[in-house]
Amino acid sequence: MRCDFADSLLQGYFDGELSDRRATEFERHLRHCDHCVAELVDLDLLRDSLQLAQLYEPATASLRRKINAPLRASAPTTTASQLRLWHWLAAAAALLFIAILLGIVGPRLSTDDYQAELAGEIVDAYAHSLQPGPIDGIASNDERVVNGRLVRGAGFAVPVRDFSNEGFALKGGRIDVIEGRSVAVLVYERNGHPINVFIWRTRERDSPPRTGSRQSFQWIDWRKGRMEFCAVSDAHRADLEQLQKLIDPSA
Amino acid sequence: MTELGLEDRERFEQLVLPHVDAAFNLARWLLRGRMDAEDVAQEALLRACRFFRGFHGGDARAWLLQIVRNTCYTWLEKNRPLELSMEFDEELHLQTCATPETLAIVSDDHKRLTSALEMLPPRFREVLVLRELEGCSYKEIAAITSIPIGTVMSSLSRARRQLYSALTNSSQGARP
Repeated sequence: MRCDFADSLLQGYFDGELSDRRATEFERHLRHCDHCVAELVDLDLLRDSLQLAQLYEPATASLRRKINAPLRASAPTTTASQLRLWHWLAAAAALLFIAILLGIVGPRLSTDDYQAELAGEIVDAYAHSLQPGPIDGIASNDERVVNGRLVRGAGFAVPVRDFSNEGFALKGGRIDVIEGRSVAVLVYERNGHPINVFIWRTRERDSPPRTGSRQSFQWIDWRKGRMEFCAVSDAHRADLEQLQKLIDPSA
Repeated sequence: MTELGLEDRERFEQLVLPHVDAAFNLARWLLRGRMDAEDVAQEALLRACRFFRGFHGGDARAWLLQIVRNTCYTWLEKNRPLELSMEFDEELHLQTCATPETLAIVSDDHKRLTSALEMLPPRFREVLVLRELEGCSYKEIAAITSIPIGTVMSSLSRARRQLYSALTNSSQGARP
């Protein structure tokens, strides 16, 4: 028979995450709960095993080399100690990264860090989908086909509609991962520009559309009926606003 | 180039680069392989660099690991989507109840622990790796994985139980 405390307090106690008061309470409980005592012994054993097995894997030399590849030619290879050499290379690589990226990234971020990062990830995912090569997804202009596949992948009902008559042709969809969660993506085309509409479930209340741009891409984000939508494209912002009104006519 | 400024470059070096090991370790365990982990960790560092202007202090390791984690999940979704939908069959794996015999986990068995850990679903594997290998607090794990602290605790509980169970089962199976 398992004890109700085993799932929560016991873990917190074992990890030293309980407040003093809660820990004292739990110790009182331990005095007459053999189950929790036995679980604590197991947890200890497990932790010891994990520690003894030395599972931690530090960055490989080859990763460090990859990071530093462009600098290797000019780097001293025989004089400095391995450690100091690496530190130097790591620092130099960081500078190089920043130098390269500065050319790409716009200088300003939104004041809302969370939104900025979210938009960044979405724009990244969009940009990634533009790259040549296979993108796992559904290429179909059939609302039902796209819907069926997305529902299975995303785990929620996705409103899929083709707006060909209005100039936004449904091209398909895919499942992407944004901030670690699965999101459904609808792909439309507007005058040759692909538009991605990212859709995920949210607990937040409805909110009117907000727009922004990042890395020369436009985005528009809104929430409706416990779902958040974010459309991204290299098309004009007005196009995104028009598509937004088609998807959510009530706005 | 002048936009970011020397100050930001130095900040990146000082704050983010010391966590390259942590970045690789998380990627290695989420992707279950060094080769893929190298590529994804490299990409994640690149993204970290790109997002660095949005980082206004706080826990740089958690910030970097969050990016690593997201990059790993994006990679998994594209390359091994089945893995993400993998559910651990608790009924099947938790039949054995801990007895004094089954407690005899061979503690120095690197290979067996590696494969047992790799068998866990990614969501459980990551909380264990972050807690046991990276030594993150619940709060840090919650920040990295974007899940509430209560869920961190219950995921850890289930992950540990499953790992323990997998280990004791395999040690039983190994016996004559």
